[in-house]
Amino acid sequence: MTAYVPIEMTRSRSAGADRAFSLFTTGAAWLVLLLLGATALSMAWGGRLAFQTFGLEFISSSEWDAVQGKFGALVPIYGTLVTSAIALLIAFPVSIGIALFLTEIAPRWSRGPIGIAVELLAAIPSIIYGMWGLFVFAPFMGANVEPWLTEHLGEWPILGPLFSGPPIGIGMLTAGIVLGIMIIPFIAAVARDVFAEVPAPLKEAAVALGSTRWEVLTKVTLPYTRSAIIGAIFLGLGRALGETMAVTFVLGNAHDLSLSLLMPSNSIAAAIANEFTEADSELYRSSLIALAFLLFVVTLIVLSFAKFLLLRLKRIHGRTL
Amino acid sequence: MSKILWMLPVVALLAACGSNGPTEKQVGTAAITGAGSTFVYPVLSAWAADYAAQTGTKVNYQSIGSGGGVSQVKAGTVDFGATDQPLAPSELAQGKLAQFPVVIGGIVPVVNLSGVEPGKLRLTGPVLADIFAGRIRKWNDAAIVQANPGTALPDADITVVHRSDGSGTTYNFTHYLSQVSPAWKSGPGEGKTVAWPTGVGGKGNEGVAGYVRQIPNSIGYVEYAYALQGGMAYAALQNAAGSFVSPSSETFSNAAASADWANARDFDLVMTNAPGANAYPITATTFVLMPTSPSDKARSKAALDFFRFAFEHGQDQATKLDYVPLPPALVRQIETYIDQKIK
Amino acid sequence: MTISRVRQRKIADGIALVFAGASTLFGLVWLFWILWTTLQQGIGALSPTLFTQMTPPPGSQGGLLNAFYGSTVMILLAVAIGAPIGLAAGTYLAEHGRYTRLGTVVGFLNDVLLSAPSIVIGLFVYEMVVVSMGHFSGFAGALALAMILLPVIVRTSDEALRVVPDQMREAAFALGIPRWKVTLQILFKAALSAIVTGILLGIARIAGETAPLLFTALSNQFWTSSLNQPLANLPVVIFQYAMSPYDEWHALAWAGAFMLTLFVLGLNIAVRLIVRRRKRP
Repeated sequence: MTAYVPIEMTRSRSAGADRAFSLFTTGAAWLVLLLLGATALSMAWGGRLAFQTFGLEFISSSEWDAVQGKFGALVPIYGTLVTSAIALLIAFPVSIGIALFLTEIAPRWSRGPIGIAVELLAAIPSIIYGMWGLFVFAPFMGANVEPWLTEHLGEWPILGPLFSGPPIGIGMLTAGIVLGIMIIPFIAAVARDVFAEVPAPLKEAAVALGSTRWEVLTKVTLPYTRSAIIGAIFLGLGRALGETMAVTFVLGNAHDLSLSLLMPSNSIAAAIANEFTEADSELYRSSLIALAFLLFVVTLIVLSFAKFLLLRLKRIHGRTL
Repeated sequence: MSKILWMLPVVALLAACGSNGPTEKQVGTAAITGAGSTFVYPVLSAWAADYAAQTGTKVNYQSIGSGGGVSQVKAGTVDFGATDQPLAPSELAQGKLAQFPVVIGGIVPVVNLSGVEPGKLRLTGPVLADIFAGRIRKWNDAAIVQANPGTALPDADITVVHRSDGSGTTYNFTHYLSQVSPAWKSGPGEGKTVAWPTGVGGKGNEGVAGYVRQIPNSIGYVEYAYALQGGMAYAALQNAAGSFVSPSSETFSNAAASADWANARDFDLVMTNAPGANAYPITATTFVLMPTSPSDKARSKAALDFFRFAFEHGQDQATKLDYVPLPPALVRQIETYIDQKIK
Repeated sequence: MTISRVRQRKIADGIALVFAGASTLFGLVWLFWILWTTLQQGIGALSPTLFTQMTPPPGSQGGLLNAFYGSTVMILLAVAIGAPIGLAAGTYLAEHGRYTRLGTVVGFLNDVLLSAPSIVIGLFVYEMVVVSMGHFSGFAGALALAMILLPVIVRTSDEALRVVPDQMREAAFALGIPRWKVTLQILFKAALSAIVTGILLGIARIAGETAPLLFTALSNQFWTSSLNQPLANLPVVIFQYAMSPYDEWHALAWAGAFMLTLFVLGLNIAVRLIVRRRKRP
C-alpha cells in the first residue's frame, strides 16, 4: 500500500503558515527600512540649514568657529577616516590570527575560556575605554611610545611627517589603537564562529593534499567564509566610524588639520558629542547634524565600494557564502 | 531553561510599569525634573537629597549642558533648566521664561610648574589672555616675569590646555578674557565653544585637570572644586581694582557682593571682573530658568519651594562643596522677582 | 628545489602560527590591563552597599542600585523589542528576500546605519518620543537602545543564516518540510550559535551607550520603578561621576564600570552554557 497523499492537500496544509511567515519577515524588513530611512532623512533634514548656508564649502573647509558662525567638516571627516583606518589595520590581522588560534591551534580545553576572554573585550563599555584611555593609556603612550616614534621614525623620508610633534599622548594614533582594540572582538568572534562552520571535508581534503595550516586558512577557510568575514569587518568598521565616547576622551578634539598621527584631531561622532548639548544657535546645531549626515554619506561610499569589490570577487571566484 | 529567559523581559516590563511604591511621595504624577549646566550639578544633587529627606518630594536634576537646559525648558520636557550663560530679557520674554541665579562658583587658572605652589604665580588679565592666545609662548616671557619678581620661571614653552567640549565654564572664562583684552575680544571672542588659537583640548573639567597634572609647564582653567580636590596649583589674578587675589570662598563672595545685581533686569549679568577691592575676577553664577505661566502649577510651585529651601537652608552644603551661597540681599531680590513673575 | 619549497611553506606556516598565538596574547593583554585598571580604581567602592543604596550626592556614601535597575530594565526591554524584529528582518534578507530588490536595499541601508553615531539615534528618538510624551522617560531610553541594537542583529542574523549550507535547505525541502518549518526549526538551530553571538554583541554595545540615553531617559538621582519617568542608568551615572572632582564619586564610577563589564560577561557565559546544553542530544 503506497501512502499516497495528494499534493493539493500537502500544499494547502502549509501554504497558510508559509504565507504568514513570509509576510511576517517581509513586514519586519519593511519596518527596518522605514526606521532606517526615517533616521537618515532626519539627519538630512536637520542639516539642511548648514548645507544651505555653506554649500559644498562645508566639506572642504577646515574652519570651525562657533563665535563667528563658520563651520567646516574637513577636520572631523579626516580624523574619522584616519582613526578608523588605523583601527582596521590593527584589528583585522589580529582578529584573523585569534580566530586561527582558537579554531586550529589552541588545545581544546582552552578554546572556550580564551574565546570568552576575547569576547570580554567587547563587553567593556566604550566609556571605560575612554576613561582608561585618558587616565592610563594616553600617559603611557606619551611617556614611552611617542618619544620613541618621533626619534626613530620622525626622520624617515615619506613616513617621517606622520610621526612628528610633541609627545602629549593623545592624538590620532592613540585613538586609532584604542578603536582597534575595541573592534577586535567583533571581527574575531564572527571569524571564529564562521571558521568553525567551514565543512570539515573541505579542510580535510586540503590537508590530505599536504597543505599546512596556514595554507588551509588562506586557500580554503578564508575564501569560503569571505562574505561573512567582510561582513564582520564592516560590523567592526561601523563601530569604529561611529564610536563616540572612547574617541572623545583620547583624540584631543582639535579643529586643526595635521598630517602627523601624533597630533590631536577630531572625529564626527566626537564633535557632535562634545558640542551638541551646548550648541546655542540654529546654524551650530544644524552643522553638527550635517556632520552626522556626512558620516552617513562617507559610510555609503565605503560600503558601495566594498559591495562592488565583493561582486567582482564573486564573478572571478564563483559563488561563496 | 530558555523559557525562563524569554519570561525575563516580560516580568521586567510588568514590574517596571507597575505603580510606584509607598516610599515615593511625588507631586502630580512624577518627581520634579530639571536639567542643564554641569557646573551646579553637585550642589543641586546635594540639595535635592536634603530636600527629599525633609519633605519627601524628589527633585531630579541632571547635567546635560547649559544649552541643553535652555532647550529642554523651552520644549517643556523639564520643570526647570539651569544655564551658565544668562539669557537676555528679550529672549526670556519670547520664551516666556523667568531667570534667577542660584549659586556662585569660581573658575581658576591652574598651572603645572615645578616649585610653584598654589597661589604663588601671579597673572594679570591681559597676560592670561595673551597666553591663551598664543602670543606669550614661554614661561620666562618678560610680561610674566614682571608680575612675579621673586619666582624663578623656567625657559620652557607653555602648553595651553583648554576645553574640547562646549561648556558654560568656557563661556565665563572667555567672557572675562574679552573684558580684559581687546585683542581677545576681536579674536576668538567669547562663547561656550571658541576657536582656540593654540593648545590641547581636554574633555570636561576633569580632562583639563588631568592634562595639566600630566603635562609639565602647562596651564589650563577649571572650576574651583577641581583645583581644590586635585591639590592643583592655581594662579592669583589681578582684579579690576588692581590687587592680586587668590581664589577662595571669601574672594568669590566679595565679587558677588560688589556686582551690580540691583540694576540687572531679569538678573542678566555676568559677574566676571567684578569691581570689589578683594573680589576674585573670574566668579560665575548659574541661572535657573522656569516658565512664567506654567501648565502644571503644582509642579512649578514645588520647584520654587525647593529653591526657597536651598536659599534658606542650603548654605552649609554649598560651602562644603566649594561653592559660594548667594548674598542675602540678592536672595531677597530673587524672592520678590519670583513672586512677581511666576504665576 | 622541491625540498626548499616545502621548507618555505613550513616556515610560512610556523610564522603564521606564532603570529596567531601572538595576536591572542595581544588581545588578552589589553583585556587584563583594562580590567585591572577598573578594579584598581573602583576597589574602594566595591562593597555590598553598591547594591543596596542609591546614587549619593557628593560627599556621602552610597551605591548604584537605581542605576543597575534602570540599565537592566532598559536593556531587557530593548532586546525584547529589537531582537525579534531584527531576527525577522535578517531572516528575510537571508531567505525569502535574498535576491529581491527590497532585500538588497534594506541590507545596504542597514550596514550604512550600523555606523551612525548613537547620539543621532538618540536625537531621533527624542524628537519622536520625548517631545510627544512631554517628558523624558525610561521607555524612550529603551526605544533608543532598541534602535541601536536593530542594525547589529539584522546584520549578524543575516550572516548567520547565510553560512548554513544550502544542502541543508535542499535536504529539508526534499523531505517535504514546509518552508516556515525549515527556517524556524532547522536553519535557526543550525545557526543558533552565530545568532546568539550577534545578540550578545548587540547587548554589549548598547550596555555602554551613554549619549543617546542622555536625550531620552536622562537619568535619575532617586529610585523609581516606573518607565514613564527619567530612569537612572549606569553609563550616564558613570560618565557624570567620573568627570566630577570628588573621589567617592570616582570610586563609584569605576566600581560601576567593573560591574557593568562583569554583567555583560556573565550574560555571555550564561547564554553560551544554555546553547551548549541544547546542542548536546
